[in-house]
Amino acid sequence: MWARSPVQGIFGRSPFKPIQEHMRLVDACAGEAPSLFEALAAGDKRRLLETKERIFDLEHEADKVKNEIRAHLPKSLFMPVDRRDLLDLLNAQDSIADSVQDVAGLLILKELEIPDYMKELMPAYAARNVDAAHQCKRAIDQLDELLELGFKGRQVDRVEEILAELSCIESETDGQEIELNRALVCDEGLKAGDLLIWWELVWRLGDVADYSQDVGDRLRLLMAR
Amino acid sequence: MELGFTFLLLAIGFALFMTWGVGANDVANAMGTSVGSGAITIKKAILIAGIFEFAGAVLAGGHVTSTIRKGIINVESVPSPEVLIFGMLSALLAAGTWLLIASYFGWPVSTTHTIVGALVGFGMVGIGMQAVAWAKVAGIVASWIISPMVGAVIAFLLTLSLRRFILNTEQPLVNARRYGPYYIFVMGVLIALITLFKGLKHLKLELTGWQSLLVALIVGGLIAVVGRVLISRVRVDPEADRDFQFATVERVFAPLCVFTACSMAFAHGSNDVANGIGPLAAVVSIVQTGQVGQESALPLWILVLGGGGIVIGLATLGYRVMKTIGTRITELTPSRGFCAELAAATTVVVASRLGLPVSTTHIIVGAVLGVGLARGIAAIDLRVVLGIVTSWVVTLPIGAGLAAFFFFFFKGVFLG
Repeated sequence: MWARSPVQGIFGRSPFKPIQEHMRLVDACAGEAPSLFEALAAGDKRRLLETKERIFDLEHEADKVKNEIRAHLPKSLFMPVDRRDLLDLLNAQDSIADSVQDVAGLLILKELEIPDYMKELMPAYAARNVDAAHQCKRAIDQLDELLELGFKGRQVDRVEEILAELSCIESETDGQEIELNRALVCDEGLKAGDLLIWWELVWRLGDVADYSQDVGDRLRLLMAR
Repeated sequence: MELGFTFLLLAIGFALFMTWGVGANDVANAMGTSVGSGAITIKKAILIAGIFEFAGAVLAGGHVTSTIRKGIINVESVPSPEVLIFGMLSALLAAGTWLLIASYFGWPVSTTHTIVGALVGFGMVGIGMQAVAWAKVAGIVASWIISPMVGAVIAFLLTLSLRRFILNTEQPLVNARRYGPYYIFVMGVLIALITLFKGLKHLKLELTGWQSLLVALIVGGLIAVVGRVLISRVRVDPEADRDFQFATVERVFAPLCVFTACSMAFAHGSNDVANGIGPLAAVVSIVQTGQVGQESALPLWILVLGGGGIVIGLATLGYRVMKTIGTRITELTPSRGFCAELAAATTVVVASRLGLPVSTTHIIVGAVLGVGLARGIAAIDLRVVLGIVTSWVVTLPIGAGLAAFFFFFFKGVFLG
């Protein structure tokens, strides 16, 4: 009891470092996605399962960090940014990992038939979505620099640049998604069950870029006020 | 006065007890931000505190002491010299006790508020309501509200200026090295000037305005030169900069924090030490002259005693509080600690020069909030801030109550 001081008490736990840590985990989680489709194309079941395990583990770890952040973000904290915005940002980050987890889960539901056009288009689509998540991490990595300048100044320009690139990647994935969907619905030979899973896979994988974009938009909000 | 020597010994004992309490707990608050940001090591902080608390008490402590000694209670209306002695003894004991209790439970209390409360409490029960200089007390209380605000405004502006001139520029590191010394130059001049402004009477050192200005400029210049040398020794760390591009820039502020820590210790010594020894000074003056309200010079040994008490408190217990601060505030960067401490030190020094007993802890909290308002701190726990404000309100009546209790105790013991 003797060794406490009110001055140290007024400093609450910073949520910014943990949010960066959370994004690092989410990015690592998304980074595993291409490996899923490589394993699928190669028919390597063991690798597929191992990758799925890694994705589930990373998602779980990210969840723990997220809960930790939430638990230490009481309303009484006075922060340079709005608490609500910060929580929304965190949720968007979390949704990226959730999407990847769903993709991994869908892939092990049953033995999937892999149409040729999927072997061709899917790796590029997955890679671009991963790029989006990675770009998102690059932006979040700038959070502590943003804080140093009070979410103003030239640091904002730097982040804006990263986010502009993210938007480009995201619209690219949108184009790829349409192409994939078109190929799927035109494929008369695909079994209904497989079509359902592929359709969902394309959809959920595309969410990685969509939620990355969402994170970017929320980051813009932090800098806007 | 037959019991004069006894009273004197008691007063010295209680004053030591109280200043010990200040050293044990309060000093760590004053220097908390620079230690907490990791800008200076705990060892350095303790060394700085020892030297500059002492220097502050001896060189600049006189004005607040005289306010405490004769500003709060109208000594003319005291029925007998003994009553005033009892009052001063009980004020010291009350403040020391409350400080001890509060420190034990980790409550954020202010020494200043306790002793002012204690004096008011004694005045009310020992002499009468009319004996308390209510206008003066109201002024002091107002200064408690205004001083943290002033600290906050200065800290806010400092944070913005650091951003404008250093952080938000093309070459932050170059600018940090260039402008860093100017900040501490201004700080050095300001604090030296305020300290010297009316001369150091109890050191028999009288300076004219121009002489003071000259000395202040020299002091500021010396500090700036030393600061420049220290800054030039900061090495660029590419590894840390890759992760956080301001890492080396922040490192430039570490040596600057040494100076703000010095000035904070100085300011704290000049204000808070003076609170502890004010009542002692009153007792000494009464015992020596046998009269109340006699105009007498403040003996230097009293200030030295107060400074000594703080150093002992620091050495016995204060270093532990300092240690926990040094390991626990991970969210504070040196540049933020620099802004908060510089703002607080300036505010405290000005206040002590005006003879206002202010609370260092409250001003530093205000300064931290100021940095926060400039969007400079990741998270400030407003609950804790509220707790500090609450303790501020609670401390006055408790100080008053304790002092009243001790007053009747002493009266009973010595007058039967």
